[in-house]
Amino acid sequence: MTTIVDYRMGNLRSVKNALSRLGAEFTVTSDPELILAADRVILPGVGNAAEAMDNIRSEGLAEVIRSLRRPVLGICIGMQILCRHSEEGDTDCLGVFDTDVRRFEASADLKVPHMGWNGIGNLDSKLFKGVNGGSFVYFVHSYRPELCCDTVATCNYGGLFSAALKYENFYGTQFHPEKSGDTGEAILRNFLSL
Amino acid sequence: MVAKRIIPCLDVKDGKTVKGVNFIGLQDVGDPVELGARYASEGADELVYLDISATFEGRSTFTSLVERISDRINIPFTVGGGISSLSAASDLLDAGADKISVNSAAIADPTLIDSLASRYGSQFVVLAIDAKLSPDGRWLATTHGGRVLTERELFSWAHEGQERGAGEILLTSMEHDGVRKGYPCALFSEFCSSLHIPVIASGGAGSTDDIAAVLTEGRADAALAASIFHYGTCTIGEVKKELAARGIKVRL
Repeated sequence: MTTIVDYRMGNLRSVKNALSRLGAEFTVTSDPELILAADRVILPGVGNAAEAMDNIRSEGLAEVIRSLRRPVLGICIGMQILCRHSEEGDTDCLGVFDTDVRRFEASADLKVPHMGWNGIGNLDSKLFKGVNGGSFVYFVHSYRPELCCDTVATCNYGGLFSAALKYENFYGTQFHPEKSGDTGEAILRNFLSL
Repeated sequence: MVAKRIIPCLDVKDGKTVKGVNFIGLQDVGDPVELGARYASEGADELVYLDISATFEGRSTFTSLVERISDRINIPFTVGGGISSLSAASDLLDAGADKISVNSAAIADPTLIDSLASRYGSQFVVLAIDAKLSPDGRWLATTHGGRVLTERELFSWAHEGQERGAGEILLTSMEHDGVRKGYPCALFSEFCSSLHIPVIASGGAGSTDDIAAVLTEGRADAALAASIFHYGTCTIGEVKKELAARGIKVRL
């Protein structure tokens, strides 16, 4: 059973629908017991890192998430809060991934948010089994994790950043696999078979 | 770099997809969910669903249709039409919409943009502007599907929207919408260069040439079109292959 963590950070429905389309069983909860007992945990999220961390702490989930030893997938904000720190709201995060989250510098040639389909490369994880380098996935974000030793996919938008991270049983994608068509479904299927 | 996006727009009235010339003379062109799924499988990068009956007739937005779309479609979609409150936006987000677009309601109360962006994030908020050339030669924002000309000058309104937290602008030239004679590229070029958020160009696509022009000369980040796809002038796949052949980065 896969558990989707509900910490009041929007658009759970997209993730639920994506799992339903793949025929996966799942529950949606903020109950620490159920999260600790799950085979797999997905930490979705759209919105603001500071608010996300506030919600994680007020639900008493910070230590719960850090202590998980089964596969965990953070998506977008769900990935950013697994990093050390986010520039958004000067927010201390969970510190699983060894990197910081910084804002893109907007310019006439670099629109922010980074919105739309971009290619991912340097793929180096079972998450990307069967996915070719250069495949397009859907991004929508104004902050991005920097490259680090946990980087398992890169994307170029005014320079390379971490499109995906992995540390032990923790995975994270800056893009939205649940919105990335067939490529996204392949990535989610890979996560579900870890 | 990020690919240029091709976005079919589905205008929905009473649960059916319609598209008219200059918003008048609507024709039924199909079930919104089925048509959206077909476009997604043909390579659409996103979908936009506009409830065009909402502002005219005061109808509330179409939450149950949005749920059906979200169940079925595995690419992002934007929903708009008559959204005038945080609670309406929240219902649509819960129903599965990735973004909402605001238009008339934001002109009536610009702080709606701030509230939506601070609550749900800029990525959720698309400011749609239907612009018309005024008799004295200025581009002005309109409301109510282009029927009411406001005093808001296009560029300053777009900048205000950006500062208030909109994550994207959807600009439609009401002079060009639905007539399939091309987008106003000079206007788009100046407009897109002046903003640091992405711009979706809308209104006037009649051919792949038109779309290529607005994505290059017009500097738009995405092109939205309805008629050419609904009426089968060309498929999304054909358009994207042709754009790629001209060196424009698209997702194939």
